[in-house]
Parts: sequence; C-alpha cells; structure tokens
Amino acid sequence: MLLEKVGSVMVVGGGIAGVQAALDLANSGYYVYLVERSGAIGGSMARLSKTYPTNDCSM
Amino acid sequence: MPLTSVDRIQGELGQFHVTLREHPRYVDSQKCIACGECAQNCPERVPDELNEGINERKAIFLQYAQAVPLKYQIDADHCQKLRSGKCGICEKICPAGAIRFDDIERLISLWVGSIILAPGHRTFDPSGVRTWGYDVFPNVVTSIEFERYLASSGPTEGKLVRPSDGKEVKRLAFLQCVGSRDYNKASHGYCSSVCCMTSLKEAMIALDQVEGLEVSIFFMDMRTHGKGFERYYERARSRGVRFHRCRVHSLEPANEQGDIYFRFITDEGKQAHGEFDLVVLSVGMEPSRQGVALAESLGLHLSGDGFSVTSSFAPVRTSIPGIYICGTFSGPKDIPQSIIQASAAAAEAMIPLADARYSLTEQPESAPGRDIRGEETRIGVFICHCGSNVASVIDVEALAEYAATLPQVAHVERSLFACSEDSQQILRDLIVEKKLNRVVVAACTPRTHEHLFQETLKSAGLNEYLFEMANIRNQVSWVHAANPEAATAKARDILRMSVAKVALLEPLDPVTVTVNPQALVVGGGVAGMVAALGLAEQGFPVHLVEKSGQLGGNARHLFQTWRGEPIQDFVDQLVTRVKEHTLITVHMRGQVTQAEGFMGSYRSTITKPHCTTAMDHGVAIFAMGGQAYKPEEYSYGQSPRILTALEFDKLHLVGDERIKHGRDFVFIQCVGSRVPERPYCSRVCCTHSIQSAIALKDEEPGRNVYVLYRDIRSFGQREELYKKARELGVIFINYDLHQKPVVRVQDADLSVVAWDHVLHDPFSIRADVVVLAAAIVPHPEVRDLARIYRIPVDEDGFLQEAHVKLRPVDFASEGLFLAGLAHYPKPIEEVVSQALAAVARATTVLSNRRIELDSIKARVNEAACDACALCLDVCPYHAITMEPIADGEAKQRIRVNLTRCKGCGICQATCPKDAINVGGFTYRQLSAQVRAALS
Repeated sequence: MLLEKVGSVMVVGGGIAGVQAALDLANSGYYVYLVERSGAIGGSMARLSKTYPTNDCSM
Repeated sequence: MPLTSVDRIQGELGQFHVTLREHPRYVDSQKCIACGECAQNCPERVPDELNEGINERKAIFLQYAQAVPLKYQIDADHCQKLRSGKCGICEKICPAGAIRFDDIERLISLWVGSIILAPGHRTFDPSGVRTWGYDVFPNVVTSIEFERYLASSGPTEGKLVRPSDGKEVKRLAFLQCVGSRDYNKASHGYCSSVCCMTSLKEAMIALDQVEGLEVSIFFMDMRTHGKGFERYYERARSRGVRFHRCRVHSLEPANEQGDIYFRFITDEGKQAHGEFDLVVLSVGMEPSRQGVALAESLGLHLSGDGFSVTSSFAPVRTSIPGIYICGTFSGPKDIPQSIIQASAAAAEAMIPLADARYSLTEQPESAPGRDIRGEETRIGVFICHCGSNVASVIDVEALAEYAATLPQVAHVERSLFACSEDSQQILRDLIVEKKLNRVVVAACTPRTHEHLFQETLKSAGLNEYLFEMANIRNQVSWVHAANPEAATAKARDILRMSVAKVALLEPLDPVTVTVNPQALVVGGGVAGMVAALGLAEQGFPVHLVEKSGQLGGNARHLFQTWRGEPIQDFVDQLVTRVKEHTLITVHMRGQVTQAEGFMGSYRSTITKPHCTTAMDHGVAIFAMGGQAYKPEEYSYGQSPRILTALEFDKLHLVGDERIKHGRDFVFIQCVGSRVPERPYCSRVCCTHSIQSAIALKDEEPGRNVYVLYRDIRSFGQREELYKKARELGVIFINYDLHQKPVVRVQDADLSVVAWDHVLHDPFSIRADVVVLAAAIVPHPEVRDLARIYRIPVDEDGFLQEAHVKLRPVDFASEGLFLAGLAHYPKPIEEVVSQALAAVARATTVLSNRRIELDSIKARVNEAACDACALCLDVCPYHAITMEPIADGEAKQRIRVNLTRCKGCGICQATCPKDAINVGGFTYRQLSAQVRAALS
C-alpha cells in the first residue's frame, strides 16, 4: 500500500464533460488518465452539427 | 486512453487502485498517419454509427474526421481477416505499416488519487412503438439522425433531403417528448431538458438551408429555460415556425409517395390534420448501459430512472469519498451544465489531493531556445499533403521543387500529414540534423495547428517564434479546387511570402507573470462561500467581500430544494466553515471600488465603513447574486393576500392565518419573466410553485389550488413533482402572454379572471391567496463590478460569460470567473456546481507560480523613439506609459508593460518614427512579405 495520496486522477468517459474535467485537472498540476471506451474522444457532442443558442459549430 | 474500459476500482480516496482493459485497435497508433488508404480499399461495409447508420463506413475506420486521436481502428466484428483469416488488404496497402492483426487486449493497472465518472447517456430509441412509425416509415427520423442530415460532414453533406426518395423537404414536423415525459410508451417520466431547444435549433438551421420550408413543432410545454434560450424561441416564432400545443397520437402514411399524415388538436381545441414530407421525433436521453453497470459495480445510488443520485448541496459527489460524477450521468442536461459540472467535479477531485499537486507532473518552464546569433539563416520548408485535401489539387512535388529554389531554404520535406506524431518527430530530428533555424510549414490554418508546430520547435530547442505557417489548404486547395494550375501558382506565392518573412524573424523572449496565490471572491451568498471554501481548502488565501452585514445571500430566504432538502442547515454550515477557515478573510459591508491589473496580478480596492484597503490577488470570482423582481402587475401591493412566492413561503412556514385557513389558492407564473422587458425564463419558478401547491394539497386535500402558467418548465427529474401535483388535483390552466390573467380586488375579496382557451370565454376563480411567481433579476452590484473590472453584462443585466456554451464560468478577460445568480437564474444545486467550477477554473491559474504569456508584444526601439507619446493615447490596453530615463531626469522615455500588451499593433501603426514594433510583425518583416507577394 502506498503511504501518500497519489497526485493523479482517472476520468472515465471522453465526452465533453470528461474532457473538460481532464483539462482542468491537468492544468492544475495533476496527472490525468482519460479513459474512453470508443476509439476517439468527443462523445455525443461529436454527432451534433451545431449547438444552440449561438449556432456555433459543435466541432 | 481510447478503447479502454474500467474493469475494477479498489481502494479509497487518495489511493485508488484501478484495473483497466485496453481493447485491441489492430492499428499501431504510433505509426498510423490517418491517410485513409486502408478504408478506401477495405471491402467490408458497415453502418456508420456517427451518422446513426444512415450511411456506411468500412470495417477499418476513423470515428469521425476530427477524431482525437486521429487514428484508424479495425472493427473486429466485421473485419474479414479477423473473422475468417481472408482479405488483409489494409495490411498490404498501409504505407506506414501500421496494421497489427495480432493486436491483443491488455490489462492496465494504475494508482490514482481520485476518480471522476462521466459515462454520459444514450439516446432514446423509438423503435418498436408502432404509433410513432419510426421503423415503419422511412420518412420518420430521430432528432439525432436529423442532426446528421443537417451536418455538412453528414451523409447528405448538409443537404436536407428525405430518406425514402431523396426529395427536398418542404414540409417538416417535429414531435416533442419522444421518450420523455411518457410513462406509456417509454416508461420515462422525466423531461430530457434539451430536446425543445434541439428542435428549435434544427428548425432554424433547416430554415437557413431550404427556401420556403414550412416547419411545425408539436409540443406539450416549450422548455426554453436556459440563458439566451427564450430569445431563440422568439426568433424561431418570428421566422414563421408554427407551434402547436398538442401531443400527437399516431402517424400514418399519407399516400404512396412516402408523405406522413397525422391528426392533432389546435390551440382552439379543434381537430386538424397535416401532411408532412419528413417527421422528426425529438428523442430524449436515457442512462447509458456502461454508466449503470459502473454505478452498480461500485454500489452508487441510482434513481428509479437509472440516473446517479446526488445531494443538491454536493451535486457532483457520490456516496464514495474520492469518486465524483458529472454530465448526463446524473440526469439529463445540456452542454453548459455538463461543462459546469465537469469543472466542479475537477474541483472536488483536486481539493483533497492539494498536497499531491505536481507530485506526478511538472510546472511547465519557459525556455528561450538555442542562441541562433551568428548562425547563417537556414530555413526548413515542410509541405503537408493533408491526406488528399491539399495534394489532390496542388502539385505538391512541383511546390517542393520550387521551395528548394527560394533564398536561404536549406531543406524541403513533404509529408502526408504534417501534424501526425511521426511527422513531428521528423521535423524535430531535421531541425537538429540540418541545423535549421527558421521553419515554414505549408499546410492548413495557424488557428488550429500553429501551437502544435511551435511546441515541436520548442522541443527541438528552437525558439517557437522562428516559425511561419503558409495556409495552402483553406486559402488555396479548398477554394480553388476547380483550378489546380492556378491553385499551385497561388500556393507558390503564399509559400514565397512566408519564406521571405520567416528569414527576418527573430527569437522572442518568453513573457511571464508571477502569479499571486490569493483570490478575491465578491459576494457572500452560497456561490461566493462555496467558491471561497474550495480555494481556501487547497491552501490559497481568499478575501471574501460581502456588501451586506450577513453571509448567506438569497439562500437565507429559501427553505428547501426541489428535492425537499433543508437549505438553512446547509447555509448555516457554510457560514460557520467560512468564518472558521483561517485562510478566508471576510470583508463584511465591503465593496470593491477600484481595480487594476491582469491575470495573476490584480489589485482591488475594498471599501468598508471607516476603512479602505488595497488587496493584491491573482484571480477573482464574481458571485454578486440576483434578487427577486418586485411585481407592478396583478394588483400586487393592493391586498395583503397577494404575495410573491418568497413572501408566501415565509407566511406558510410560520403558519400565518391567511394560508392556514385559506381554501382557494391561485399561483400565477412568469410574473416579470418572459415578457418584453425581461425576455428570459427565471428557470426556478415553475418548480417552486408546484412544490408549494403540493404542500398546500398535502396539508389539506380539500383545498382548491390553481396554477396559471404559460409553459410548465419542470425540467429534468423535476417533472415528477409536476405529475404528483396533477395527481393531487392541482389544476393547471394555460394562459397566453396576450391574454394575461387579471387579479381583481374587491374589498376583502380576491378573484382571478383567466381565459378559457377551449370555451373562448373568460372565467373567474375566487381566491383566498394569490401567489405571484416573481422573476429573478440581476443584483444592481453586477453593473458596478462589471464597470470596475471591464467585464461585459448581457442585455438582461447578467454577467456575460466568455462563451455561453463552452466557457460558462470564464470571462474573456483571463483570471476572472463567475458563479451563481449573477450569471443567470438557477436552482441551488446549479449554483453550487458553478461555484465549484469557478474554483477549478481559478485553480488552473493559481496553481502556477508563473504563467507564460504570448510573446508577441510591442517593443520600443529607444534609439529611434523621441517620446512623442502618440502611442500612449491609442493603446486600448493602457499598456504604454512614459517615465523618466533615470531618477530625477527630465527626459522621458516610453515603456511598454508586456503583461498588459496584447500585441494588437495600433501603436506600431501610429508611430511616425517606426520606433515601436510588435515582435513577429515588424515593418521590416511585413514589408519583406509584401515585396515577396509582388515579385
């Protein structure tokens, strides 16, 4: 068993929520394992053409 | 870690032992250059999941064009080689030798301090319900399929044609609540929260694409309760989208051409029917199978709907310390809510691990790169084929030959994808091997890829500003695809310009700011207190400024959340924790009166009675809150029995006679909300009134309780309350903005006159108490603070975030963040989430000792400058000042504050002496580029 707290976080799910959480943690000094079941991150948002209410491109 | 799933989680907060299962990709990610040769030649066709199976992909495929990582994968269920040993074409054809048919599953073992679960949702599948006809009629599609029809990357390249015969769609209908708010056909009682807006968006995009398109939306309640949504709804109305408040029973074929027919009830209560070319089922969300399995394996509490359950006061915490959740795993929500929760989960995950920060990573150190003084100029030119994006139009070989003839070019290299990992390695090696000291990449746009190449330069020891990108894709091959010869000539011109400029580029020194680890939080309500605690618990000192003499804000007036959790206990605990925390300084009756500075180094003046202090801080979080609108309508103020919702709550709680003995109660919704003066929804009032109505009925079932509403917006799992209220006999009466109810006060009698939209007659309801669901308006302090920090407010007076969708807690000005009602009306669990999200966003700044800024800054050539000071006045960032050359000297000189300067170049354009220049864009460099263009 390790003695000290581990400075890494596992994020399960590579959709927009998982990606945002991973970025905030990595940018704050933690090692992040972003675990995604499919072959690429992006999740449900990758299927959207545009997002409301700004009609910005979802990609 | 793509293609990976979680096998097992053991241990506890600080020390979780995780076993992961990495599934085989059958393609070596290190080698794959995503050229697409494999998929082009693969004989096996498979329905494409990205496009909901509307078209096909191959058995070796890329999930989508912008996939990260951009690597192909083999679908083992469909690959002939993997199934039967035959084929193997991709292996023979792959130019990178990346195919690995012998790839195997691997188990990975990790130690992590905390865990965030974001497994998402899945879309409701309407197959099998005959009345919708989804799998019967080809011209009935789901809203996700429709999204793909609208997408330029979709199966029809954005052309809106219908599936059965490719006919252009002229008559389009959306049916709302398919798989949501429906126990009969879907066994989902909850509202999916996003589908109303999704349909509005799809309707608007479709209207842009097809001239003369007729769009009808069939709905029960339009739930446009988010920021900016109500205006969007109004825009859709004004563009002619027709709205019918009616749930359609069943769809039928209209004829043999594939048109769809259905009957519906009009707003006037008359039966009508319509024929449509295409019908879109606005499908809702369901818990994902993986999410449910994960929750079950960990023993996390799930609601009856299968979504993860959390407390409103700790919205991203699970029952296991150290495991947090975010996104649609805990219930349907839209993108900004998911992002807010994601940052909140990041904050919760990092707070207990504060001691272990940087134990496994290092703070990025800035390095100026190798000293190139005295070196002869040696330019490397890298030409990217971008798969076939560039190479199918531009003669890249000829371009490379031409590049080699340009002055000072020492090496020319072509690659299929200059951005791939192996190409980066080649670029790195060549910089060292060929002693290159300037680099031009002729490829796509610097907006997306400049940073990547600059990082590669840095890793090769070269200053990253010795770099230029020539955009031969967006500006050449894409726009001149029909004329390859002219395109190649233009590519030569653009490349020549870049080479001419890069030759004159100089290394730019890193510009860094020392980060002050203190934070300022404005507002001592729930949002402000949660934010202050989140930062203080990580060891960052916080100054909390509260205008009033009491902490707690609006939450002091609230008694329970929509789930019935007691709010006062929570607020009391927060106040105690804030007061007791040694790193939090509370400035009661304080006000920020002045501020200056930039990310990492702000100075704000806090004015309190009898004292004023200046305080330095690295970041600030604004949580000034909102307040209740004071109604001027519905005879408010003319009778002690016409109350706002907050007044009602208090009287109800203390057992006031008016309520205790009242028999007839009328709630009027949207008082001050969704009106021309305030065209936004206050998000919480429907649920609040329903909750009060339920309480009144629970106490005394014989009471008559009426709710006069425009749309009931009990979004998400709140829908359960709406159902309960109806079951208890609360009477819901719809009214229209143009026929608002009238409250009559006659002596001691109260009555409410509303319009019966079926009988077309007014009718009167006797009332003992009338409750007005008053709007939430921004706190007046929002405007003052916005002026002081030069941050924007929206047209309704709320703080305007950097991006309504993707950056919901940031401002465009870095180092400043927002949370709570100052941003938009929201319930308490969303306030807590947003405050925690602000903590995570602020920590990305505070956790750095120094922050590196862009080095493209104005610099003064003192030999040429005569200190005329013209540049001072034009600088929009107040970055330029005058100061004496030496102490006591009368002669002045110009100084640029590099941290404030944004490199806009206005000073450079103004200076008559060419004495101030922006690094990387000096007159000399730009004119060399222009001369090259003209040569």
